[in-house]
Amino acid sequence: MGKAEKFKKAVVYVVLMLLVFLCLFFFYCLVINATRSHPEISKGFSFIPGSSFGTNLQNVLHNKNLPVVQGIINSLIVAGSSAALAVYVSAMTAYGIHAYEFKMRKTIYMFIILIMMIPTQVTTLGFLRLINTMGLMDNFLPLILPSMAAPVVFYFMVSYFESNLPLEIVESARIDGSNEFYTFNFIVLPIVKPALAVQGIFAFVASWNNYFVPSLILKSNEKKTLPILIAQLRSADFLKFDMGQVYMLITIAIVPVAIIYLCLSKFIIGGVTAGSVKG
Amino acid sequence: MVKEKKAKTRKKVSYAKWGYIFLIPFFATYTIFSLIPLISTFYNSLFENYRSGLTQIGPNFVGLQNYISIFQSDLLKYFGNTMILWIIGFVPQIIVSLILAVWFADFRMRLKGSTFFKTIIYMPNVIMAASFAMLIFALFSDDGPMNNLLIKAGLSDGPIRFLATVWGTRGLIGLMNFMMWFGNTTILLMAAIMGVDASLFEAASIDGAKSFQIFTKVTMPIIRPIFIYVLVTSMIGGLQMFDVPQVLTNAKGTPDRTSMTLIMFLNNHLYSKNYGMAGALSVILFFITAVLSMFVFIMLTSSGNKKGGRN
Repeated sequence: MGKAEKFKKAVVYVVLMLLVFLCLFFFYCLVINATRSHPEISKGFSFIPGSSFGTNLQNVLHNKNLPVVQGIINSLIVAGSSAALAVYVSAMTAYGIHAYEFKMRKTIYMFIILIMMIPTQVTTLGFLRLINTMGLMDNFLPLILPSMAAPVVFYFMVSYFESNLPLEIVESARIDGSNEFYTFNFIVLPIVKPALAVQGIFAFVASWNNYFVPSLILKSNEKKTLPILIAQLRSADFLKFDMGQVYMLITIAIVPVAIIYLCLSKFIIGGVTAGSVKG
Repeated sequence: MVKEKKAKTRKKVSYAKWGYIFLIPFFATYTIFSLIPLISTFYNSLFENYRSGLTQIGPNFVGLQNYISIFQSDLLKYFGNTMILWIIGFVPQIIVSLILAVWFADFRMRLKGSTFFKTIIYMPNVIMAASFAMLIFALFSDDGPMNNLLIKAGLSDGPIRFLATVWGTRGLIGLMNFMMWFGNTTILLMAAIMGVDASLFEAASIDGAKSFQIFTKVTMPIIRPIFIYVLVTSMIGGLQMFDVPQVLTNAKGTPDRTSMTLIMFLNNHLYSKNYGMAGALSVILFFITAVLSMFVFIMLTSSGNKKGGRN
């Protein structure tokens, strides 16, 4: 390796380290400040963690104005059921397109790809009016049920079936007398489990982080999800707050997802290239 | 031969209905929660329907009046804001991502720890945008940690009021969008470059091409489809920009509505229950994204580029 090559490699590592620093720095500040008390934080920044992690956590979980524990539970309910439904129904749809020959097959496939890019925001007005008519305002159902039609998950699952599900398996299941639903639920789904897991995580994270539609649907305090509570914190008079609690609440919203991500990053990054649509 | 074909057709016919059955849940959901709302949004955009104080006005059919009114309001200003905010985040994003993708895909470089780097740079993408914006707001507030560090380091005499200046606010929004998306773009572009036949690069370097020449003459032309895909999907995403500026500026688009985006504008109309204006704005956004989506659709469905969007 020549000198120029070595120099270039050094530059590459420096740039990469700088970007890693940029990506981690703000989150490092977050975690540090979550461990410090309000007076410590107002005194100035420090790179050394404080000792108030437990106090801050206690305070924010028992805050009378912000139903944080309820918010965590609500977020888990909405994101968990959305992810499960999105993955199951979209896999079912993809299986329908992949495993059966029928007249409209190609057209339907094209149609789902076509609607994949339509943002939910442009239909939100009609959606809100519909939910209002149905009497489902301030309810989790309008946030959970629509995830059954997830074109992105569908698109990913179709490509996954194409490369990982030989139809001979379906054929032999039929010969053994398995009906179509049984084949799908107990033979096909176990084979594509890894893909379901990756898409499930994507769907969970998307729903966990979702702010726009939930903020228009959920009105009462005991129904609000975490992003709404955080936005509420922003709109309240900022200086009145215990900053230790503010940082702790942000940590609660960010860190669990970051940890899940770090544990499963190998699969997630593999899934990015397949059927990712930016939000 | 003929017999076999017949048998096959019969088999297909007996199972075709199952294909439709498996599609029912998806299409029922889509029709109820997306298609009907879409039609209803179009329909609502033709009516005057809002509250003025305590009196409800409308719904009265007004034709295209809402569209005229919305263009006369600050629509173009907010469209401009949205595009500026998108560009501030996208330009550095695409430059950094292209460079990183070329580095990661370069086998001769044999980078150590590329999995680690990819993991870290993708991480901001899974973080809740609302809480990220809240974090940046707290860190960059007038007496927050960032100002504290700058003053301690002697880089600034007094606190810099990032969020009181137009370009401070826009810059922070751009920075957040950059951080949230450059890892994703890098991975997409890298997959595209890795898909290129390695012998092409070898041939070019044997012919004496420099790295930069290889990039402009070999890499870029080949990954152009995925590059356009990234550009268009990012633009569609940019038009939907909401969470970050909404939380950072407390829904006001401060200072002086210079960071108010189109979806924040839509959100305001939805909140104040001005259904006519919200409808008109939604329909305009629908057509802009529809045109952009056609590019993506053509790319995903034309068989030649099929690999681009996939693994």
